[in-house]
Amino acid sequence: MSEVTPLRRFASEFCGSRAALAGLALLSVIVAAALAAPWLAPQNPYDLAKLDLMDSRLPPGGKYLLGTDGQGRDMLSAILYGLRVSLSVGVASGLIALALGAVTGVLAAYAGGRVEQFVMRVVDIQLGFPAILVALVLIALLGKGVDKIIVALVCVQWAYYARTARAAAIAERHKEYIEAARGLGLGAARILFRHLLPNAMPPLIVVGTVQVAHAIALEATLSFLGLGLPTTEPSLGLLIANGYEYLLSGKYWISFYPGIALLATILAINLVGDQLRDQLNPRLAR
Amino acid sequence: MMDRRAFAAGLLLAALGAYGQELVVGLSATVSSMDPHFHNLSPNNSLADHVYGQLVRNDERQRMQPGLAESWKAVDDLTWEFRLRKGVKWHDGTEFGAEDVVATLKRIPNVPNSPASFVTYSRPIKEAVAADRYTLRLKTERPHPLLPNDLTSIRIIQARVAASAKTEDFNSGKAAIGTGPYKLAEYVAGDRIVLVRNDAYWGPKPAWQKVRFRIIPNAAARVAALLAGDVQMIEGVPTADIPKLSKDARVTLASAVSNRVIYLHMDSGREKNSPFVTDRDGRPMEANPLRDPRVRKAISKAIDREAIASRIMEGQAQPAGQLLPDQFFGTSKKLKPEKHDPEGAKKLLAEAGYPNGFGLTLHAPNNRYINDEKIAQAVAQYLTRIGIATKVDTMPANVFFSRGTKLEFSFLLAGWGAETGETSSPLRSLLATFNRDLGMGAANRGRFSDAGLDAVLQTALTTIDDTKRGLLLAAASEKAIGELMGIVPVHYEISTWATRKGLSYRARADQYTYAFEVKPAK
Amino acid sequence: MTVYVLRRLLQTLVVLLVTSMLVFGGLYLVGDPVEMLVNPAADQAERARAAAALGLDRPVLEQYGVFLSGAFSGSLGNSFVFGRPALEVIFERMPATLELALLAMLIAVAAGLPLGLVAGLYPGKPYSRIIMAGSILGFSLPTFWVGLLLIMVFAVQLGWLPSTGRGPTREVLGLSLSVFSLEGLRYAILPALNLALFKLSLIVRLTRAQVREQILLDYIKFARAKGLPRSRVVGVHLLRNILIPLVTVTGLELGSVIAFAIVTESIFAWPGMGKLVIDSIFQLDRPVVVAYLLVVVFMFILINLVVDILYSALDPRVRLQEAK
Repeated sequence: MSEVTPLRRFASEFCGSRAALAGLALLSVIVAAALAAPWLAPQNPYDLAKLDLMDSRLPPGGKYLLGTDGQGRDMLSAILYGLRVSLSVGVASGLIALALGAVTGVLAAYAGGRVEQFVMRVVDIQLGFPAILVALVLIALLGKGVDKIIVALVCVQWAYYARTARAAAIAERHKEYIEAARGLGLGAARILFRHLLPNAMPPLIVVGTVQVAHAIALEATLSFLGLGLPTTEPSLGLLIANGYEYLLSGKYWISFYPGIALLATILAINLVGDQLRDQLNPRLAR
Repeated sequence: MMDRRAFAAGLLLAALGAYGQELVVGLSATVSSMDPHFHNLSPNNSLADHVYGQLVRNDERQRMQPGLAESWKAVDDLTWEFRLRKGVKWHDGTEFGAEDVVATLKRIPNVPNSPASFVTYSRPIKEAVAADRYTLRLKTERPHPLLPNDLTSIRIIQARVAASAKTEDFNSGKAAIGTGPYKLAEYVAGDRIVLVRNDAYWGPKPAWQKVRFRIIPNAAARVAALLAGDVQMIEGVPTADIPKLSKDARVTLASAVSNRVIYLHMDSGREKNSPFVTDRDGRPMEANPLRDPRVRKAISKAIDREAIASRIMEGQAQPAGQLLPDQFFGTSKKLKPEKHDPEGAKKLLAEAGYPNGFGLTLHAPNNRYINDEKIAQAVAQYLTRIGIATKVDTMPANVFFSRGTKLEFSFLLAGWGAETGETSSPLRSLLATFNRDLGMGAANRGRFSDAGLDAVLQTALTTIDDTKRGLLLAAASEKAIGELMGIVPVHYEISTWATRKGLSYRARADQYTYAFEVKPAK
Repeated sequence: MTVYVLRRLLQTLVVLLVTSMLVFGGLYLVGDPVEMLVNPAADQAERARAAAALGLDRPVLEQYGVFLSGAFSGSLGNSFVFGRPALEVIFERMPATLELALLAMLIAVAAGLPLGLVAGLYPGKPYSRIIMAGSILGFSLPTFWVGLLLIMVFAVQLGWLPSTGRGPTREVLGLSLSVFSLEGLRYAILPALNLALFKLSLIVRLTRAQVREQILLDYIKFARAKGLPRSRVVGVHLLRNILIPLVTVTGLELGSVIAFAIVTESIFAWPGMGKLVIDSIFQLDRPVVVAYLLVVVFMFILINLVVDILYSALDPRVRLQEAK
């Protein structure tokens, strides 16, 4: 085994799981579709001059493969473009919140004392703040946009990671090997990043795969409340929120197809995420 | 709260044709208080009308009708005389009289912590005198032809109550003594209001012994509650559900054109550097094309009002050519909705010196008017096609109106409901020159200003004679809209109620929901 | 222990102060409450009157000063919209939200723990895959969407449960609660389920992850080698060890359930704090929003405190004194 690079070993282990491979394949297709949206989409859904009001709410089939929304926007194009927005919102906010939360949480656990108290009280404040209030203040100050939504979602989510990371790290910090590492005079940074953080990772990744999905759903909820993305540049969540009002009237396609796209994306992220979690888990690897 | 079995029994009776004694209504917004003088907002006022009475009431088309006053007349330019209805009983059995009105008028400016008072309606009254028990004289400082209109917003309470009652006494029911068709039985803010019939009511006897209002703010949930039979009537039926509901055998719809116009306001105040005016490539532009009436006219011509009414509003809107639908007081016969004419619009733009158009951002609320965000998008679609590259920025009303009032926008979409039911209301608030001291132009967020219009309007506002005033107001509308396009009217909202089959409601222009007007069909 | 709790309570005061500043400042930046409160047709004089009546005509720092001095004498100000003390308005709605949140958590734990155990113990089985796939649905579908779907299916189509609203309440321990009667429960099931779905998925996934991890550890192998019955290994040894992270998450999520109730309560017309606060945010009813957040943040702190104490009870390795 020693002649195989860790990366290759990692890859071959990953390929051992068929579900994870399928997830990766699906995710690749989705990401590719999102990236290639301008070339794949029959219509530029962001160009208001291209939308014809007289074509609004057409059922699937005919000129528009997946039908149109209330504004006459081609659903297929809107979904392809919406994928890019939702993916970037979900992944960017998820990763930033994970990084921020993991570092502060582990740091709090390691440092203890005043630092820990301070971090955890900030977490308390943050957890109490509803996303809607954060989003509203950001909209009032900065207007709508993908970057503002990411900021709002990071604000809301990092505390969860921090709390989880701290809990995991606390359980570790007095184990013999950490004491031993301290005894050996290893630097704080080394203990933090080589020992505490890896051990905090498995629960963080569980929370993380859930939170990326949740970020996308939360963005949909904010859009539903009118606090989401600009209405002329819809994400999947915004499309679902817009279709919501047509649910009772049988015009299912306006929220159904974006919903399917959303589910497929989240499913793929989770299949990959689950496998990564198992492989990254130092305890399982032992 | 709801006794399910009694309710099921009610449904059964309903099915048998002998309609139950209880009506359950799903309302769209919270009623913040039962004090009729605390918070001047439609949901509160609509509910208050069940419990209290006014001297003058509005019928479903906002024409004035006798209420607690049987008749009224202007004795001279500054004095009005009201003959009050005899034999009207308060809910506690005592008799109503002129001194109650005097006491009510005295209370109105003195409601502590009132977030939106009724002073606007009582302020013109300088003196209120009870000449005898059934004769009331009101004196005004200046000629005030809108006095009877204003009185439709003033709910009369008992003199005894008016002297001492606090807002919480109304909420608890202790002071909620009125002359209306219903008595207050229970009020739980944000959840429900229960009323029982006042059998001593002076007017027609309502069909329901008991009425339960439930607050269901989410529109889809409200429709679901109706379909599930949990409520028998809802207000604010969402446009998306109307095509399907109109075919549903379980449901009857009632709609009427409302007093609310949806309009576009353009920054015609700033001479240059309007914040959201750009050239076609999005670079800030010094000149402000929106000051030019031809550009505003072009905007009006660019919009296909018919398409917006049929596609965005699903038929729940009537294309607008002025400030109120034609049948209202003070409208002009000459003003018709502008025809969709993109070529004419482009020509006007070229004439005004913008043959290649320019760039603009349309700001709109997204939780205030029916489909506000979508209308804004549609408007932007049309403007972009004639060369005005338009971006849309929508936001919740709390952000929108604060920023709009601070004049942070160049181009905005909003709505105006004329509570008085005549055109002076939108004219003075939206189009008159902004003037703090005169109380004019308070919602003129485009700072439109025309001295000629202001003069006609001032005359109209002090002309007691109805015919003359009607003509003056029509002329003012023609100048403000037809000639100068101070605002661009888009459409009048049509408001829709839905009831379970077997019930009927006479839809109202003021969007109020009156349980006592809900009748079992014959 | 007492010192520890006292210290935490002192910190709480600071946290509440910071919270109030943030909300106060945040709402000030959002917009002018007068715009939302007055009748749209109000003229300038009426707007000025309303601003003065509500104390909004003063500089914002002075307004905050007035709020603080009120707060120290136990009053968080009057609601702009209701004209009543903000705390009173909130406490009136609190039982409704608490019972909904607790019912939702109960559903989430009662269903999530066994499902997660099964999925973790038999990861290869088809039903485990179904459980995991279902859990993905649970947290990726937006709450408002699922809420309406539940109403459509169970109230409109099947007619089994009431569509919206809260059932009859009765006094229990001085609180008016609705879930202690069958009728009240019927009203509470759909909103509680709607609220529980996300937490349920989270608990399923967390339990499964923990089980998969713990089952490989020596103590389980040892217990099995000792010939202990499987039920005992799972029921006592395994469960005990996976409870720690679960307690954290459950405690944390109870708080977030309360915060998330905003959407569920709006859809189901459930008269709780969530519906109140969303209305208040949109109407810029600052006293209510500030008071709500102070109450909620205070609850979070309490929950965290309880979670930390439970930690030490469940895991003797964790000592509270460490956190000094």
